[in-house]
Amino acid sequence: MTDTTTTTAPADNQVRKMTAVEAINLALHDAMEADAKVLVLGEEVADPQEGGVMGVTKGLSTKFGEDRVKSTPISEQAIIGAAIGAAVGGYKPVAEIMLMNFVTVAMDMIINHAAKLRFMSGGQTGVPMVIRTMTGAGFSTGGQHSDYWEAWFAHAPGIKVVAPSNPDDAYGLMRAAIDDPDPVLFIENLPSYWTPAPVTKQIIPIGKARIAREGSDVTVIAHSLMVTHSLAVAEKLSGEGVSVEVIDLRTISPWDKETVLASVRKTGRAVVVHEAVKQFGIGAEIASVITEELWGTLKRPVERVGAAFSSVPFSKPLETAFAPQPDTIAAAIKAALA
Amino acid sequence: MSNYPKPDPATLLEIYKKAALIKLNDERIIKQMMAGKLVMPYYSPRGQEIIPSAISVSLTDDDYICTIYRGIHDMLAKGFPLDELWAELAGRVTGTCKGKGGPMHLTCPDKGMMVTTGIVGSSMPIATGLGWAAKLDGKNRVSIANFGDGAANIGAFHESLNMAAVWKLPVIFVCQNNLYAEHTSVAYSRAIDKISDRAAGYGMPGVTVNGNDPDEMYGAAKVAIDRARAGEGPTLIEAMTFRFNGHLLGEAGHYMDKGLYAQAQKDDPMPILRARLIADGIANEDELAAIEADIDARIDVALAAAYDAPFPDVAELKRDVFAEEIA
Repeated sequence: MTDTTTTTAPADNQVRKMTAVEAINLALHDAMEADAKVLVLGEEVADPQEGGVMGVTKGLSTKFGEDRVKSTPISEQAIIGAAIGAAVGGYKPVAEIMLMNFVTVAMDMIINHAAKLRFMSGGQTGVPMVIRTMTGAGFSTGGQHSDYWEAWFAHAPGIKVVAPSNPDDAYGLMRAAIDDPDPVLFIENLPSYWTPAPVTKQIIPIGKARIAREGSDVTVIAHSLMVTHSLAVAEKLSGEGVSVEVIDLRTISPWDKETVLASVRKTGRAVVVHEAVKQFGIGAEIASVITEELWGTLKRPVERVGAAFSSVPFSKPLETAFAPQPDTIAAAIKAALA
Repeated sequence: MSNYPKPDPATLLEIYKKAALIKLNDERIIKQMMAGKLVMPYYSPRGQEIIPSAISVSLTDDDYICTIYRGIHDMLAKGFPLDELWAELAGRVTGTCKGKGGPMHLTCPDKGMMVTTGIVGSSMPIATGLGWAAKLDGKNRVSIANFGDGAANIGAFHESLNMAAVWKLPVIFVCQNNLYAEHTSVAYSRAIDKISDRAAGYGMPGVTVNGNDPDEMYGAAKVAIDRARAGEGPTLIEAMTFRFNGHLLGEAGHYMDKGLYAQAQKDDPMPILRARLIADGIANEDELAAIEADIDARIDVALAAAYDAPFPDVAELKRDVFAEEIA
């Protein structure tokens, strides 16, 4: 894959073009420099192991030492457990679970412990940790290396779920996630990892969506790679006289109802798009809330776009058909406009 | 084990005081449950009193412990505030967790009691993380992971002991082997004699001791704690013991071997330690009776205050889910 060698922060605050890999690396770097309590752990995250399988943590252990940047055994339960313990003990760990499917190995630690300790202890033990993980269909990695499972975590009280769609958001949301007093699952899209874009180094609040494109006919609500697809579709449809507003959720839980409802109140039409399987996906929750809150205003039922109800397939034509593509998003927008 | 340090008379009396608190508190909880005044799942530690009592005399409030659903003994030995304990058991807002955790999630960070889990095997990964925090702090703190023989068969045991050994963390893994994992005898769940033999596979010392013997338990814990404080890494202690009230209070207990149970009753560590204190001249009958009466009086006060306290407001459902209250 692409070589990523950026390891140090720029000396100034100039806006630079960089990839999501570089932006997250920079966010981790800046957070570790700003706060000695920030730790990084995960499989091969330290430099002797090449700074992460995709190089996201490259340079951190060289600069901050292997006490704070620890490569771990392949032990997902122990990785998350170590992060929880360190967080309860006063640190701010950022744990990498390489791929989202591997997060399943540590579900007890995440759901029963990281997400619940604050509540179960009556507020005595917060768990300020970040779980970084990457995923996404498109690289023919098949059924156990590319799923989006954000709905599982959005269903769990006590853990926040964040999914940036571009390098600037990746930087800003990572800084906010590290500073957050609660556990944050941070979902990185692998196929768009190396797409460069300007990074402003602004911290982006968790729980706030962004109007990625203003429009008046229909609202598209998306996150992660689906924002990129939706923006491309919106641009294309503008040539056909359709004005599409695209909302980048940025944070999936807690999601920004206010921004979404204000937009749909304006357009009267909504399409929710996610790469995860459509059935019981977060689109169901968002469509429900829109319907509950704006029943009288809606001009059409809310459309949902998600992946097919199958495992992520290997064969390229199948993989392409499985995940939402610009064409499927465009078709849903047209259905919403009918 | 003959080379273990032995508790001096004052320490032995301290161990008894902690153990007596655990036993008397347990008896009172059961009484209250039978009277219908406490309604909760209860995993009685009766029979396992000596283990945490003999460990805790070598710990300070700064040292971390994690324990499990059968963990009130571990908490009381480390100094859990009795008032907050009873209020929590009664589900009151004055409880240590504001009534939101209950008996399976007792927490008191001021005294180093960081996590109580209701999931078998989950104390170990978190205690390992606390050990990492302790090592980074550089204050010679240790982290104790309490768990049962059943938890030694869960994958988290393997991952945690391995990581703690690789990172040389100041963690003491205390396997309280009471011979039954829920209703299943250890004979059905492991093909080796001693769980402590597994320590060799992780490159750490492992020892099996009679957890009901204050000398052995104190000595093994002291050696492991001193080793951890010196930066030499983790230890696995398998403390053999027995639980008299089964897995969950109220169960029939038909799965338990009757001969084993009868022998365990003969070996009940509490009357044995009490008699020893008198025989060795460490305390006389009147002094011990006074200690026990004082504990009972403290429980009386804690219990009465708990029942007098209000239940948590339903607004608590929106608090502590996140640091910021849910709108």
